[in-house]
Amino acid sequence: MIPQQFEYSAPKSLAEALALIADGGKPLSGGMSLIPMMKLRLAAPDRVVDLARIAELSYIREQAGSIHIGATTTHHEVESSAVIRAKCPLLAETASFIGDVQVRNLGTIGGSVAHADPSADYPAALQALEAKIVIKGAASERTVSADDFFVDTFTTALEPGEIVTEVIVPVEAASTGTSYQKLLQPASGFAIVGVAARIQKSGGKITLARVGVTGLSNRAFRAAATEQALTSGTAVQAAADVVAQAIDANSDLYASAEFRAHLAAVYAARAIDAAIRRTS
Amino acid sequence: MTVTITVNGTQHTHSVEPRLLLIHYLREHLSLTGSHIGCETSLCGACTVELNGKAVKSCSIFAVQCNGAQVTTIEGLATGDRLHRVQEAFWNEHGAQCGFCTPGMVMVSKQILDRNPDPTEAEIRHGLEGNLCRCTGYQHIVKAVQAAARVRA
Repeated sequence: MIPQQFEYSAPKSLAEALALIADGGKPLSGGMSLIPMMKLRLAAPDRVVDLARIAELSYIREQAGSIHIGATTTHHEVESSAVIRAKCPLLAETASFIGDVQVRNLGTIGGSVAHADPSADYPAALQALEAKIVIKGAASERTVSADDFFVDTFTTALEPGEIVTEVIVPVEAASTGTSYQKLLQPASGFAIVGVAARIQKSGGKITLARVGVTGLSNRAFRAAATEQALTSGTAVQAAADVVAQAIDANSDLYASAEFRAHLAAVYAARAIDAAIRRTS
Repeated sequence: MTVTITVNGTQHTHSVEPRLLLIHYLREHLSLTGSHIGCETSLCGACTVELNGKAVKSCSIFAVQCNGAQVTTIEGLATGDRLHRVQEAFWNEHGAQCGFCTPGMVMVSKQILDRNPDPTEAEIRHGLEGNLCRCTGYQHIVKAVQAAARVRA
């Protein structure tokens, strides 16, 4: 499978890249989604702008209660980062379940969120973490919440000419318990359903519950009904059972909408149970 | 455009189309046919090579992205007549049947052991997730990785 011809640029600075992208260039990060799409000719950009040589986009920095992750940071760098493993373990755990070793060596956090595959793993964790996404264009810079960023299937808050430059996640309180649980499609590794849970407890009661869900519908979302049930003392399985409430579930070759909704409840309960066990 | 890539320790410079995939560069420009084209959809891992020390699927990266990089293919693992310990272990443990997936399996197994010298069986299986084998049922491949782990390089 040979992609259509294109011009290739590998700028060294973000400013140069944004100018090329403003001019219609397609940003290439790890290429784990874009290149397969180009091979299938589902994508046929005239110019590809490779972001991999821009040193200012690759970093993991702890700063004032948050962890700032540059867009071209690979999944492997996230899963093996001492800072992220210690201070935002949900993101490290989620990264370790993405694709396979080879995909994690090249694929990047910025590329994954910008692509917004409805079955991607990161979006579930980023919703549960109430992450922020930093967006830049040649003449713009803004920060949006994960919830506002993921709009629809393969559709984000990015405007033409803009790219994701950074993802910001919180430094987790040590007492918080988190877990990401997924049923993976065995060939691609994508989540048929994936659930990320964050739980804080105080005096035997759940005081904070954040539940992010991917794979179930057109976009990763926070399961508000499940979160409210947990903080109002509902048992875990009963709270998990409402995870797909009012959600229009996806249906495909691997799982019907009804089965996906069932799986979401099963994996929500597993993620919440595991997160509760990890609280202190 | 012109790319310079060091493959198995030898520097090569070629003029290539940006759309040329690394696997085609290796097989067609350098005649290194050890890395195999299996699925062409980034799923099977038969084309796995090392790029700057990291296992990647060479069917899913353009040669131009590798400009200035170091690439190691299955042909670059042995030292003279002495096989790499992972190759030796695949031989001893019957980790190959038809052999089509073996170059990729060996390359990714090397990555698993480079990062984790003493992996559990579950860690080995997690590490092999990106590589498909249609013959062995994976049992002997896992055994080969375990055997290689016991041989300190």
